[in-house]
Amino acid sequence: MEFLQPTSWPEALTMKAAHPEAMPIAGGTDVMVEVNLDRHRPAAIIDLTRVAELTEWGGEGDLLRIGSGVTYARIIDELGDRLPGLAMASRTVGSPQIRNRGTVGGNLGSASPAGDAHPPLLAMDALVELASVHGSRRLPVSEFFIGPKRNAARPEELIAAFLIHPASGPQQFSKVGTRNAMVIAVCSFALALDPKRRRIGTGIGSAAPTPVTAADAERFMAGVLEEAGLWERPSEVDASAIARFGELVAAAARPIDDVRGTAAYRRHALSVLARRSFTWAWLEYQRSA
Amino acid sequence: MRITCTVNGRPQVADSVWAGESLLYVLRERLGLPGSKNACEQGECGSCSVYLDGTLVCACLVLGGQADGREIVTVEGLSNGDSLHPVQQAFVEAGAVQCGFCTPGLVVATHDLLRRVPRPSDAQIREALAGNICRCTGYAKIIDAVHLAAGRMGAA
Ligand SMILES: Cc1cc2nc3c(=O)[nH]c(=O)nc-3n(C[C@H](O)[C@H](O)[C@H](O)COP(=O)(O)OP(=O)(O)OC[C@H]3O[C@@H](n4cnc5c(N)ncnc54)[C@H](O)[C@@H]3O)c2cc1C
Ligand code: FES
Ligand code: FES
Repeated sequence: MEFLQPTSWPEALTMKAAHPEAMPIAGGTDVMVEVNLDRHRPAAIIDLTRVAELTEWGGEGDLLRIGSGVTYARIIDELGDRLPGLAMASRTVGSPQIRNRGTVGGNLGSASPAGDAHPPLLAMDALVELASVHGSRRLPVSEFFIGPKRNAARPEELIAAFLIHPASGPQQFSKVGTRNAMVIAVCSFALALDPKRRRIGTGIGSAAPTPVTAADAERFMAGVLEEAGLWERPSEVDASAIARFGELVAAAARPIDDVRGTAAYRRHALSVLARRSFTWAWLEYQRSA
Repeated sequence: MRITCTVNGRPQVADSVWAGESLLYVLRERLGLPGSKNACEQGECGSCSVYLDGTLVCACLVLGGQADGREIVTVEGLSNGDSLHPVQQAFVEAGAVQCGFCTPGLVVATHDLLRRVPRPSDAQIREALAGNICRCTGYAKIIDAVHLAAGRMGAA
């Protein structure tokens, strides 16, 4: 196994171009499990932890651009106020040791349907920035996940960053698991109220071959709020509308039965999570208005 | 390959390291520091917890080469010669040690908690130690030990 250790972003891209088969490693919290248990022995490995550019974040126009190597611990500490949904999800990842090391870029790289960063990124229609020696491109995170544990990066590409709007309203993330830490989600749900863009965003984890949005639910609820002028004058949202929202979220999932739960349970749990998340977020919006 | 790093304040060199080797393996097998334990090698148990450049990590999830040039502190680096660190002393006195396999990781994780939160609540302790698994004690005495250490360190 060859060990490559670039110290700058251009060098990392050059190495990836020369060794397209090489496996990148950031926090190593997915990669090392594979290597230690001998599930996968890559021919070469590229350590990205010396590439300072990947650990930086800053503003770009209306968006935040966050390097793929920023850890969950830093998302919570440094960006919790601007990205409350992603920070909530980050707090549920593993343990302190895992959050100190694991990165959102690594979560995207693994592209697990259960990756906890994915639902909040979907709910805020984040962009993923991929780069190679030939240049860089940005694609909506919904197009980034192309199958179970498969993403749209080409062999010569690395994940540079993700771009996301700072929250303009309340956000929520909930996850069903057997204990309060160190669990893979049975299913998870992220919600973003975006009063600035008059948008409702959703993200569903662990209930389809890839993380997905619930587009019908988003349109339905945005319509309800628009029609009654509730963004401007927030009052209570009708319980039947919230119930319908939950049903539409559940309908967007394509769950399977597995060791962690049945498809029917996942659908039911998602409708509950969606209703609760909306209720919590809307209460917060009403209070802040 | 060769890895040069500082472990517990001392410069160390490990030679003929395989590129896929974890920091845990390097510490235990190459540098003769068996304090950090190897139980799961998948980040689940926390018994390999160490500081890497001052951050609490699972040594089994750090690739050896990633630690090159870095500073590592293991459980062996917490005591002052023969006198135990107050966290270690508290674990002994509170009866928080049975087989002891989880203890080094819990000691390092508790050390990390107490430097951030000098007087943690039970909930904060549970949250901070969620990645450290103990199969013997049932955790009650571990939580006692953390409070005991916090009280003594705060008084000092
Ligand atoms: C005990 C434990 C608990 C966990 N709990 C959770 C949890 O609760 N929720 C959750 O979502 N995940 C969890 N995970 C999984 C893991 O921590 C996350 O997926 C994490 O985000 C991975 O980030 P990393 O930096 O460690 O990635 P790495 O392991 O370094 O890499 C992961 C993948 O991404 C690729 N990659 C990394 N960086 C780049 C890049 N810049 N460009 C291209 N490809 C790249 C790698 O090649 C690899 O395929 C857990 C893991 C462990 C060991
Ligand atoms: S051996 Fe590292 S976490 Fe278990
Ligand atoms: S004392 Fe035996 S595992 Fe904790």
